[in-house]
Amino acid sequence: MAIFLNENSKIIVQGMTGAEGTKHTRRMLAAGSNVVGGVNPRKAGTKADFDGNSLPVFATVAEAMAETGADTTVVFVPPKFAKDAVLEAVDAEIGLVVAITEGIPVHDSVAFWAQSQAKGGKTRIIGPNCPGVISPGKSNAGIIPADITGAGRIGLVSKSGTLTYQLMYELRDIGFSTCVGIGGDPVIGTTHIDCLAAFQDDPETEAIVMIGEIGGDAEERAAEFIKANVTKPVVGYIAGFTAPPGKTMGHAGAIISGSSGTADAKAKALEAAGVRVGKTPSETARLMRDVVKAG
Amino acid sequence: MDLYEYQGRALFARHGVPVLDGGVAETVDEAVGLAERLNGRVVVKAQVKVGGRGKAGGVKLADDVDEAREHAGNILGMDIKGHTVKKVMLTVTADIDSEYYFSFLLDRANRTFLCIASTEGGVEIEQVAEETPDKVLKLPIDALTGVDEAKAGEIVDRAGFPADLRDQLVDMIVKLWETFVSEDATLVEVNPLVRTPEGRALALDAKVTLDENAAFRHPDHAELEDAAAVDPLEQRAKAADLNYVKLDGEVGIIGNGAGLVMSTLDVVAYAGERYGDVKPANFLDIGGGASAAVMAAGLEVVLSDPAVKSVFVNVFGGITACDEVANGIVGALGMLAERGEKVEKPLVVRLDGNNAELGRSILDEAAHPLVIRVDTMDGAADRAAELAAKGA
Repeated sequence: MAIFLNENSKIIVQGMTGAEGTKHTRRMLAAGSNVVGGVNPRKAGTKADFDGNSLPVFATVAEAMAETGADTTVVFVPPKFAKDAVLEAVDAEIGLVVAITEGIPVHDSVAFWAQSQAKGGKTRIIGPNCPGVISPGKSNAGIIPADITGAGRIGLVSKSGTLTYQLMYELRDIGFSTCVGIGGDPVIGTTHIDCLAAFQDDPETEAIVMIGEIGGDAEERAAEFIKANVTKPVVGYIAGFTAPPGKTMGHAGAIISGSSGTADAKAKALEAAGVRVGKTPSETARLMRDVVKAG
Repeated sequence: MDLYEYQGRALFARHGVPVLDGGVAETVDEAVGLAERLNGRVVVKAQVKVGGRGKAGGVKLADDVDEAREHAGNILGMDIKGHTVKKVMLTVTADIDSEYYFSFLLDRANRTFLCIASTEGGVEIEQVAEETPDKVLKLPIDALTGVDEAKAGEIVDRAGFPADLRDQLVDMIVKLWETFVSEDATLVEVNPLVRTPEGRALALDAKVTLDENAAFRHPDHAELEDAAAVDPLEQRAKAADLNYVKLDGEVGIIGNGAGLVMSTLDVVAYAGERYGDVKPANFLDIGGGASAAVMAAGLEVVLSDPAVKSVFVNVFGGITACDEVANGIVGALGMLAERGEKVEKPLVVRLDGNNAELGRSILDEAAHPLVIRVDTMDGAADRAAELAAKGA
C-alpha cells in the first residue's frame, strides 16, 4: 500500500535535463523508481540517457501523460518558471505533483494551489521547497536518499528534509511505509493533516512520526485532527524551541511572529492530543521505538 | 522583509493610493528642509520596525519649522524598544473625522489571501477582533480572480464603511490590491485609514511586508533592504550566499538543512543548561552541498564572531556523502590556515548518514588538533557546550 506513491507510480520529471533534474533522475532510477520520461519544451522529441536508460523528453506534461501513462511529476524547474510548470501539470490533471524547487514566491504557490482547487482537487501537490516522497522499496519521487532505510511499518511526515533523513536513519532497523517531506514554505500543497489521514487509512502503517517546526499553526491544527481522527500512535518532534521571534530560520515559513508559531505552543497542543513529543531527534526516535515495541 | 513606514508610504504613492504629502529625513537639517517645503503643521514620526512608538515619544506634532527641528532632534537617535531611530518621516497633517482599519494579507492556514476591514481603526486590530468580533470583516480573496471594483464594493459594504466614501474606498482598495499583487507583498496594512471632515479618504499609515523569494521579479526591492540595521556578520554571510542568523550565545553552529540546524540550536541550548547556560551563537545552514569552499566560508563567518568559544559542525549525509563533508572540513581548515587566519577554537564534528564511517576515518587520519569527533548529535552538542563553557 504505502501512501501517495507506490511501485505502480509512473513518474515524469519536469526540468529533467537541468543539472538538479539530471542528478536526481539518475538517483530515482537507481532507487528503482519507474521514471518514464521528462518534460522540456526546448528539447522535446530528444532522448536523455541515464546510465544506459534512455528516457524520452516531451514538450508538455499532457503529452508525456498521453504517451507514457504517467501519474506523477517531480518538478525541478527554477523558481522563475516553477509556477508555470506546476500550473501546466495541474491543468493536465496529473494525480501527483512533487514540487522540489526552493525559493518560489508565495504568490505563485497560492496561485497554483487555487488552480488545483478550481480544477476540483484532482491533483495532489506536495511541496514546494520539499525533499519529496519515498515509499522505500517501492518508489522514490524527489531527492530523499533511497539508501537510508528500507520498507517497514512507520509513516513519516515532516516539514524538514534533513530532519526526515535523521529520523529515517535512527529508525532504519524498523523501516518506513512512506516518508513525506511536505516542505518548509508558508504555503504548501499537502499538509501534515493530509498525511496523517492517509497514514491512518494505510494498512501498512502502524505508527506515525510527525516532524514540525516553528511558524504558522499547522502543527496545532494537526493536533486537533489527531485527537478527533487518528487512532494509530503518533510521535512528534518540533524544531525551533530556542529560535528568537522575528527571525526567519532558514525555511521561509519558519518564523515566530508575535506570540504565535512558537515550538512550545505546538508541542503542548500535540501532547494534549496524546502525541508523545521528543525534545531531540534521538529522543523522538526512542519514543517511536517504545511505541512500535509495545505494539 | 518588513518595510519602514516611509517605504510603505512610497509604495502606496507609486500605486496611486492617497497618502499625505511628506518625506523622510536622516538628519535634523534634512528634517528642517522638509518642514520648510511642507510649509505648515507637520507630524514627525520615528521610523522603527516596532510598535508603540507613539507611547515612547516617537511621534510629535510640530506647528512650525522650529518645532519640527526640535522634535526631529529629540527623536533621531532615540531608542524605542531596543531600536535606534535613524530616520524620521515628516508629513503634513490631516484632521480626522473617523479612523478605519484595512489590510490584505497571506492566510497561511487557508492557503489563500485574506482581506481584513473594520470601522474600528487606529488601534490594534487583534484587540478589536477580540472585543467586538462583529466589527471585523474577514473575507477570503480568490487568488485567481483577485479584487476588482465589484469585489472592492462588496468589501466596502460588508465592512460597514460609510456610503458617501464608497467610490473613494473602492478606488483605494483596488489600488491596495494592485500594490499587494504587483509588489509580491504578504501584508499591506493601513491603520488608520481615515476620513477627513471634508470627506476625503486617506491612508495615514503604511505597513508592508514583501516576499524575499520574489526578489527576482523586483530588482528595485533590493534598495529597500536596510543594510545598516543588519548585523555585520549576517551581511558578510549573505555576501557569501550563506543562510546565517546571528544569535546571542557562545556555541557556533554549522549544519546542513534548515530543520536540522534549528534542531541543533535546541539540542545545544538543552546541553548548555548543564554548563552555566551557554547558548548557540548563530544559525548557519550550509545546504546540501557542503563542499570545502562552502564549509570554509561558513567556518570563517562563524569563527569571526568574537562571542563564539566552540563550534559544533552537525552534518547528516543525505545527498552529500559524509566522506565529502569530512574532506570539506579538512580542506576548509587548510584553506583558512593558508589565508593566515588563526583557528583557535575547538570544532566538535558529528557526521552521520551516508558513508559516515568513511567520513569519520578521514577526520581521524587528518588528526587536526582542534577537531573533536563525537558520533551522536546529543553527545556532540554536550561536548560543544562544555568546551564553550570552559573557553568563556
